[in-house]
Amino acid sequence: MTFWYQLVDLLPFEWAEPGKMLFMKNALLAIIVLAPIFGILGTMIVNNQMAFFSDALGHGAFTGVVIGGLAGFMLPVWSAVAFSIVFSVCISVVKQRTKMASDTIIGVFSSIAVAAGIFIATLGGKSFTKLNSFLVGSILSITPSEIGLLGLILLFVLVFWLFFFNKLLFSSVNSSLARSRGLKTFPLDMIFSMVIAVLVTVAMSWIGLLVINSFLVLPAASARNISSNQRQYHRRAIAISLFSGVAGLISSYYFETAAGATIVIISSIIFLITLALRKRHA
Amino acid sequence: MKNKDNTCEHSCCGLCCTRIENLGVTIGQNEILKDVNLHVHCGEFTAIIGPNGAGKSTLLKAILGEVRHTGSLRFMSSEGVRKDKPLIGYVPQHLDLDATSPTSVLDLYTVCRSAMPAWLHIPSRIRKKAAEYFSVAKAEHLLDRRLGALSGGELQRVLLSLALDPVPELLLLDEPVSGIDQNGMELFYELLSDLKRSYDLSIILVSHDMETVSRHADRLVLLSKTILASGSPQEVFRSESFKRVFSPFSGFQPGKNLE
Repeated sequence: MTFWYQLVDLLPFEWAEPGKMLFMKNALLAIIVLAPIFGILGTMIVNNQMAFFSDALGHGAFTGVVIGGLAGFMLPVWSAVAFSIVFSVCISVVKQRTKMASDTIIGVFSSIAVAAGIFIATLGGKSFTKLNSFLVGSILSITPSEIGLLGLILLFVLVFWLFFFNKLLFSSVNSSLARSRGLKTFPLDMIFSMVIAVLVTVAMSWIGLLVINSFLVLPAASARNISSNQRQYHRRAIAISLFSGVAGLISSYYFETAAGATIVIISSIIFLITLALRKRHA
Repeated sequence: MKNKDNTCEHSCCGLCCTRIENLGVTIGQNEILKDVNLHVHCGEFTAIIGPNGAGKSTLLKAILGEVRHTGSLRFMSSEGVRKDKPLIGYVPQHLDLDATSPTSVLDLYTVCRSAMPAWLHIPSRIRKKAAEYFSVAKAEHLLDRRLGALSGGELQRVLLSLALDPVPELLLLDEPVSGIDQNGMELFYELLSDLKRSYDLSIILVSHDMETVSRHADRLVLLSKTILASGSPQEVFRSESFKRVFSPFSGFQPGKNLE
């Protein structure tokens, strides 16, 4: 961390002065680690048209946090991770079994999760306000050890992507074709949903439930407008994610706004720009 | 049947074949296929025709193992080895792909045939191999095109190249209902005939264009829930079942177009 602080001290911002506002510097590092994860995973979420699904996972994670808090576990985050994984598996299995339209199933599960979360949180006349921080998120509260956790997640996602990306993309292009070549697409999709579930749950308290899905989907959706192969798509998604993350965090300091929302506003602007740039060539 | 005899003059003479026996598919309350018996030899191009909703695509999916079916599917290789599951090459009707997807033909090749992560880097040796590979179906110039920007015929050729590696024992094709021009269609069928000869492949194609397919297929199978007629295109077109299924609805007159 000391090295990072020294590095940030070189930046020409008032909060970057040596020894001041460590929380801001922590947040900056966290965003730099978090943004590529969002950029990378977002590409496949958009490919698979799972934007609504990942949104529902956030709702599931919220319920998990509430249940975890109620049961008095040491860290509500871990119970939330467990709950989200179960939640994502449930959605996948029900979808597979019933062959119902996925937006219906996701909508139902999402509603159950949110309703159950609020129900449990307010049971016995308790106030909901203490949970507001999960809705809006606060990246400024992140601690160096939590950044370490994010680093591990980034490492894990990179390794996962090295070995599983080809299979995921093949299955996304045409699952019958992929299965005819011996790929087990259902467990594969399940693993991918679990990875998203873990990420959304862990990152929710910093980015905020209300906007986390946008942070996941927007960079990839923007990159998609201006890319014609997977390498461009990934590089641009990561670049857009990093840029909006860093720019969003720094502007949130000056506007005195919540960082998550500011990041999403910047990525939305980038999306609109790429929409205008989009050339449907090659 | 005349056709079987013709096939026997080729190299594999009945040794290598796919045998579908009493195949039936029921989804929910609907019986989609029943008592389908089909025997396909190597080096034989069988086209399945039939009215809409006859279960043509379902038959392909049953052979692929995508839908549950009753009855049996057996394959015998030219070495006389029996297998329950032949090596199948599959060319889907279309890709359920968002037309805006940033996936190039080279990306598809890489994810299908290589362990090199397609998002990170594609080395030039893979590129070279891909070009070689797609040249079989005259699609080598399409490497950097997006899948969503290909025409129906181009996409079909790309998918055919993929289905041919590794060389399958049985090639299944679901022909697109629309989107391929007449020239592209002829080119594609000529390609299939070449492949059939050079690889000694069994080909089963679900066709929506009876006129073109009748000029290229060795055998037509008329399917409507079960097999109503099977044989050379002329035989099938002259059959009572064919007249019953098609004549009242379509102006297509096979006799005129064929002779």
